[in-house]
Amino acid sequence: MTSGQASTLLTASGLTKTFPGTRALDGVDFELHAGEVHALLGENGAGKSTLIKCLTGAYRRDAGDIRLDGASIDPHNTLDAQSLGIGTVYQEVNLLPNLTVAENLLLGRQPRRFGFIARKAMNGEGREMLSRYGLDIDVARNLDTYSVAIQQIVAIARAVSLSGKVLILDEPTASLDRDEVRMLFDVIRGLRREGLGIVFISHFLDQVFEISDRLTVLRNGRLVGVRDVAGLDRLQLVNMMLGRELAEETRDHGRTGIDYAAEPRIRFSGTGRSGAIAPFDLDVHRGEVVGVAGLLGSGRTETAELMFAAAPKDSGSVTKNGKVLRLASPRDAIAAGFGFSPEDRKTSGIIADMSVRENIVLALQARIGWSRRIPRRRQREMADDYIRRLDIRTPDAEKPIGQLSGGNQQKVLLARWLATNPEFLILDEPTRGIDVGAHAEIIRMIEELCANGMSLLVISSELDELVAYSHRVIVVRDRAHVAALVGQDITTDRIVSAIARPTNLEAAQ
Amino acid sequence: MFAKTLLGASILASMTFFSSAVVAQTIGFSQIGSESGWRAAETTLTRQEAEKRGIDLKFADAQQKQENQIRAIRSFIAQGVDAILLAPVVATGWDAVLKEAQESDIPVVLLDRQVDSSDDLYLTAVGSDLHHEGVVAGEWLVGEVGDKECNVVELQGTTGSSPAIKRKAGFEEGIAGHDNIKIVRSQTGDFTRAKGKEVMESFLKAENGGKNICALYAHNDDMAVGAIQAIKEAGLKPGSDILVVSIDAVPDIFQAMAAGEANATVELTPNMAGPAFDALAAFMDGGTVPPKFIQTESKLYTQKDDPMKVYEEKKGLGY
Amino acid sequence: MNGTMRFLRRVAPQIATLAVVLLLIGFVFPGFFDLSFANGRLYGSPIDILNRGAPVALLAIGMTLVIATGGIDLSVGAVMAICGAIAASAITAGYGLPATLLMALGAGLACGLWNGVLVAVVGIQPIVATLILMVAGRGIAQLVTEGTILTFTNDGLAFLGSGNLLGLPTPVVIWLSMGALVTLLVRRTALGMLIEAVGVNRRASMLAGVNARLLLVTVYMVSGLCAAMAGIIVAADIRGADANNAGLFLELDAILAVVIGGNSLLGGGFSLVASLIGAIIIQSVNTGILVAGFPPEFNLVIKAVIVLVILVVQSPAIHGAGVLFSFARRSP
Repeated sequence: MTSGQASTLLTASGLTKTFPGTRALDGVDFELHAGEVHALLGENGAGKSTLIKCLTGAYRRDAGDIRLDGASIDPHNTLDAQSLGIGTVYQEVNLLPNLTVAENLLLGRQPRRFGFIARKAMNGEGREMLSRYGLDIDVARNLDTYSVAIQQIVAIARAVSLSGKVLILDEPTASLDRDEVRMLFDVIRGLRREGLGIVFISHFLDQVFEISDRLTVLRNGRLVGVRDVAGLDRLQLVNMMLGRELAEETRDHGRTGIDYAAEPRIRFSGTGRSGAIAPFDLDVHRGEVVGVAGLLGSGRTETAELMFAAAPKDSGSVTKNGKVLRLASPRDAIAAGFGFSPEDRKTSGIIADMSVRENIVLALQARIGWSRRIPRRRQREMADDYIRRLDIRTPDAEKPIGQLSGGNQQKVLLARWLATNPEFLILDEPTRGIDVGAHAEIIRMIEELCANGMSLLVISSELDELVAYSHRVIVVRDRAHVAALVGQDITTDRIVSAIARPTNLEAAQ
Repeated sequence: MFAKTLLGASILASMTFFSSAVVAQTIGFSQIGSESGWRAAETTLTRQEAEKRGIDLKFADAQQKQENQIRAIRSFIAQGVDAILLAPVVATGWDAVLKEAQESDIPVVLLDRQVDSSDDLYLTAVGSDLHHEGVVAGEWLVGEVGDKECNVVELQGTTGSSPAIKRKAGFEEGIAGHDNIKIVRSQTGDFTRAKGKEVMESFLKAENGGKNICALYAHNDDMAVGAIQAIKEAGLKPGSDILVVSIDAVPDIFQAMAAGEANATVELTPNMAGPAFDALAAFMDGGTVPPKFIQTESKLYTQKDDPMKVYEEKKGLGY
Repeated sequence: MNGTMRFLRRVAPQIATLAVVLLLIGFVFPGFFDLSFANGRLYGSPIDILNRGAPVALLAIGMTLVIATGGIDLSVGAVMAICGAIAASAITAGYGLPATLLMALGAGLACGLWNGVLVAVVGIQPIVATLILMVAGRGIAQLVTEGTILTFTNDGLAFLGSGNLLGLPTPVVIWLSMGALVTLLVRRTALGMLIEAVGVNRRASMLAGVNARLLLVTVYMVSGLCAAMAGIIVAADIRGADANNAGLFLELDAILAVVIGGNSLLGGGFSLVASLIGAIIIQSVNTGILVAGFPPEFNLVIKAVIVLVILVVQSPAIHGAGVLFSFARRSP
């Protein structure tokens, strides 16, 4: 679009960075024009964040040259880079949530009067800064009273005002919903018009296609290629990232073979908790994948937590093969053959400091009991087996899971539950924030598991994904189950409209 | 200033003379707490001495807190007691409340510890002389060993505490001029039995299994009791192979003396109240103004003083 | 890499530190390594270190487990005082030795149960929850002894503090056995791994089916039991329960032992053996200062400097620079 006549703003040539054991960047070239949005793509571990950290001075590069406006620069740290003109906004907003919006915007350079902070002037200045982004909010309120999207924009406003030439956005949309992403993109487009060079990192290919002008693909620390987005084929891009052919993920698989006449394996009747999710009925059959769709905060995670007894229910009952289950804790649920991979991998899933092996055997060991330790050799065998079967990328089973990429962590968590051989597995956002390759493999796993007779409940924001593997899709809105789609009705359009407005099913109730 | 105090004192004396003739005296006692056996014995003896004299004693336990003591003194003043005994937990911060007592013409006697306030704010202070105790212990050792060579090991109190500093200096003064007596090792035992034992063990190791040691001087009896166990466990006889002299005269050391395992102890008497009541009586009845410091006797006990009998006497005091 | 190698790599820094400290003491006090055998036991300064280090070593066993769960137990010093007081008063009241020990150890377990319930069930932060007993415990001990040093004469009880067993002082045998027992218990069963999991991420562990609550209570009870044993040993050693001074500030030495043992205060991977070596390092420093004959005013300063040097030398930053020994952060 704009790349033809735009002037070069930032160039890096021959960037190399080595860590003990790995070469994270290997002679990578990168070029950013003024007035463009430039996407940086690659699987986890491709070298994206290392490149960013070298550009912003968070890491010292081993070799290579960085030029800004033609002049060679050598930022020593992020502050240094900021003063040179390179600002960065991370996925986890690194502002101070307990200060006001205005304070966050102007921290360190608040307007002063008689040595005191002039609050009124500061608020005025803050409002003005945000108005540039079409944001009209009360800047005197604490930052944490606003949504992540607004915090994100505040962070951008602060970064732009401090640096003003290059803005690096690292996974800015990971925790935003659809409307919020649109709001953010409007802001990015505004900044592009003003001539900033913007580096955009995201796992969401749709978003990359929507907002970027050009893109750079990295793989294993090397530059794969630079392309104009206009006219770029999606499959071709995935191919560049993975270095191999990947079939489109929309294979239509057999949605038959489920005996709905038989007694369901698990039946939830009237299960609910006030304030979390309205009572719902749900049957899960043998070999069935039940998809759950809904926006963040709609009650989908609460549904999963209630099913797994991770949160107490205040109504309803659960039966398995017709027998009533008493589930008071996750331990009870696991004993009944349930498994649950939670949405927030970092806080609720992985035991970061512990090895891949220990993370895999944990749930099985907890179920067997503390006194009967799984022999170490058996643990190793199990771990190695799953590492091979799920293609977990780790040098060995003893590596701390916290050092793996998100997708590999997710596979380890999947292995943890597969090791317990569950009958009913709940997966909350199993593909969030993971790279394309791992994504496809996890979807393949889901299909394989249900083909082997396991029952699954999968919550996902990726509607294409739900459509691909679900036998049934439950739509959740405003803390209630509002629709159930089966068979030919499972399409992204139908799901979206069910999320957006009342359905016939609901009207009939 | 002095004349004014005298005047006030004599008016007070004449007033209390009448009252004491009619009803029993009431005296308030603000005690620090019961942090040690010695402190408990002081409380017991104060009660006994008061009972002996027909004094109505109002007792307040401050549990180691100055604010509790100040509150207790104020309530004594409000109750209109005839006099106040105060064992101050710290040295500073007493000016205001002592002035209040003075303005109400209630004489205050300090027990055991001193305060930093001006000395016309209280009648007198009763206490032991820590330095003198050390001198008594040192002089006993001089008399015991005569001209023989004698290597002494010393178990100090808590480093930097005033008993440790003064008892050390006093002992050194006591043995001064007798070059045959040398302090070869000196370490802190923190006034506790356990540390006394541990440090004594290291002394024994460092001094050729204890063969080079002729006497132990401990700043308190508890450390001596611990050290005696260490000496026994090293295969030596405390009391004969190694002489043991210490300070405080708590009951357990008399048991050790009776068993021949300790030789001498210098008493830090817990009877501070006796001299205090005597001074108060003389002041109130006859207007005799006591000196600002009344030193209690630092009595020396040895194995000849029928230690079992003393043990039985002291045992009931709450040590 | 096999298990033995991994273990040796884990404890190498602690063993090296201990060796350096001992050599230093040997340099200042030449007769330090002399050992002799008399009256059915070994004598010598190294044996004294093992003997005097018994209370901190015992406390460090429980403290290591508590710290591995991401907690801390500040009450152990006070629990020592309580249990020592109970042992002394029970034996003087005429109970037999077994009943006495049962009561004292039971009191330790009860204290641990109290801490564990506050932490795991009520949900109070460990540092605050155990602070309660740390403050109140010494008062409870004083109530038991009625403010005096409660002296006893029972030789059976005194044996636990100053007797000999298998050619060693009894306390040494007690802490070595307890250390071996607990190490076997956590490493031969899955307890060690489950404790580490809870320490690193309690919520994730619970969701994986680990009974975190029960585990936490158990760990604090083990800590209470260890404190009770330490309290009994200290009281037995001086044939008296000193409620004011028994175990005073030992909780800090126990925490220090765990830290010198290379265990993270944030919880997770732990090594009991390394903590025990840490306890012996601390006692070596203490004993070294005593036999060296420095004036007592320098004791604390010397100890602080040595501890500082040890911690700096063991810090990961130094290892990153590859200055000293290779350092594995976690044990198997």
